[in-house]
Amino acid sequence: MTSRPPSAEDSVGIVEQHTVRLFEGDHPLVLASGAVLPEVDVAYETYGTLNASRDNAVFICHALTGDAHAAGRHRKDDHRPGWWDTMIGPGKPIDTDHYFVIADNLLGGCQGTTGPASTDPTTGRPYGLDFPLLQIADFVTVHRELLAHLGVDHLLSVVGGSMGGMQSLQWALSYPEQVGSAVIIAASSRLNAQNIAFSAVARESIMRDPGFAGGRYLEVGSSPDTGLSIARMMAHITYQSEAGMDQKFGRRYQFGEDARRGFGVDFAVESYLDHQGRVFLSRFDALSYLYLTRVMDYFDPFAEEDAAAALAAAGSPCLVLSFDTDWRFDTTHSRAIVRQLERQRVPVSFREIRSPWGHDSFLLTIDDYHRTVAAFLRRVAYERAAADRAAGKADR
Amino acid sequence: MTLRPDQTVVTRFVPDGSRVLDLGCGHGSLMRYLMDRRGCTGTGVEIAPDAALDTIAKGVPLIELDIDHQLDQFGDRSYDVVILSRVLQATYKPRDVLTQMARIGSRCIVSVPNFGYWRHRWVLLRGRMPMSKELPHAWYDTPNIHLSTLTDLEDLFDVVGLDVWERQLSTPDGRQRDYPARWANLMAANAIYVLTPRDSRPADPGTVR
Repeated sequence: MTSRPPSAEDSVGIVEQHTVRLFEGDHPLVLASGAVLPEVDVAYETYGTLNASRDNAVFICHALTGDAHAAGRHRKDDHRPGWWDTMIGPGKPIDTDHYFVIADNLLGGCQGTTGPASTDPTTGRPYGLDFPLLQIADFVTVHRELLAHLGVDHLLSVVGGSMGGMQSLQWALSYPEQVGSAVIIAASSRLNAQNIAFSAVARESIMRDPGFAGGRYLEVGSSPDTGLSIARMMAHITYQSEAGMDQKFGRRYQFGEDARRGFGVDFAVESYLDHQGRVFLSRFDALSYLYLTRVMDYFDPFAEEDAAAALAAAGSPCLVLSFDTDWRFDTTHSRAIVRQLERQRVPVSFREIRSPWGHDSFLLTIDDYHRTVAAFLRRVAYERAAADRAAGKADR
Repeated sequence: MTLRPDQTVVTRFVPDGSRVLDLGCGHGSLMRYLMDRRGCTGTGVEIAPDAALDTIAKGVPLIELDIDHQLDQFGDRSYDVVILSRVLQATYKPRDVLTQMARIGSRCIVSVPNFGYWRHRWVLLRGRMPMSKELPHAWYDTPNIHLSTLTDLEDLFDVVGLDVWERQLSTPDGRQRDYPARWANLMAANAIYVLTPRDSRPADPGTVR
């Protein structure tokens, strides 16, 4: 069980993004709330090869601001690979030599999939705040439709970190036979007051920006850039640990000892936050930020006592992971998920991984973390193959 | 898959198809064996990272937690059998651990080295801390911080409300021996106890084989 050092050969290489209209006409998307979206487009990418028995698929659910570009590069000279390139690729924990990997942009997003910034076909104008409120279950509905489109009935596993972990969990609870197994990383099944408070301030910062224009900024040609970048800057603080930030920036000055002091970017950490706030504007939409953070606030899949009954009956194993310095969703969140699953007799494994990098750890290469995900998936694949062989024998 | 001799004895007291919690499951071999050969389900608990990883790699549900502080994770009577195999002497608060086991399990199996074993007494008599196959560590770096004689341990079982339903004694290399009861605390190097919580004793705990 060795982990290979990262190199060019570990990449899935040049990848292509696709977009498909999954709901339209007499097949609209009916949300868990009962609201209806007449048209839904979904952006997705796939890596690796679907095997002949079509049972080696692993679905990737992204976090709040992720997208369908999870691994590889779109062009050779792309500055950065997909957001989870550390995890997905040949020889990596989600090994594209063995698994067929599917990643999409979730409903309500802004990177190829229909969201509140998309055009409402009934009015010809952007939805804005007329877009219906969403639930994690709605993301799962759309993921499942994408699977149907790809002709994949069953997954080997569904894997996600942070809000992606919430989707893994919801999917496993609702359709345990389909998912085979679930990996739930640095997630929560119930946000606490502090979590909601951070999201609330982020949303306020967007909505109070005059550029937000009551959600009609796309029509009036303004843009709540200040609000969105402040939301992003604040979120970035919650994604890192105190020690991690100290290690990365300390009290370093951005422009040296002798630079003039004022209220601009004096410290390195300020420069970092400023940069993160700025680059976010080019890739993310303020309305999506509102809608997607709100989805997390209301997520409470264990509100019903026997929420995991179907999952327990199916016996699909779950792996829950947390990071010891994560304070966005600290280990108590993961332990709460584990307690619920274990109590209801779901085969669940849990580890708290040591890492100095806080919530962001789930995106980074941490040996113990990667080895655990790799071992879990390998075992699931092994058991699936054994079950297939047994079923094959029974058929004969 | 080979089990340690004491683990083989433990399996005799785990009914087929039961739900098992293995506290300090190590690399998960016992749980894997019980799942494969005996149709059991359940959970392994371990805190050492490499052992936890190996257990997950074996397909055994593994919850990483600290037995001394975090057993409140598990519900009352949520397992048919709770196993504590050669772990009790390494816990900080053996009494709390046993109390939790009595709460969680309908049956508890506890496997321990016996500090009252005559060889240990002899070494102590000569003025040295005992070291042996069961207790291979020097006193200053041993994880075994709460060693007890069988007599002491049985007193504690009584205090926490665990009744001894069966006791299996063995030699240093794990071979079973039927020592007379009054000589057990002197002759046995190891013991395996099958215990039933006093408040929930089933009519007949029954055994396998």
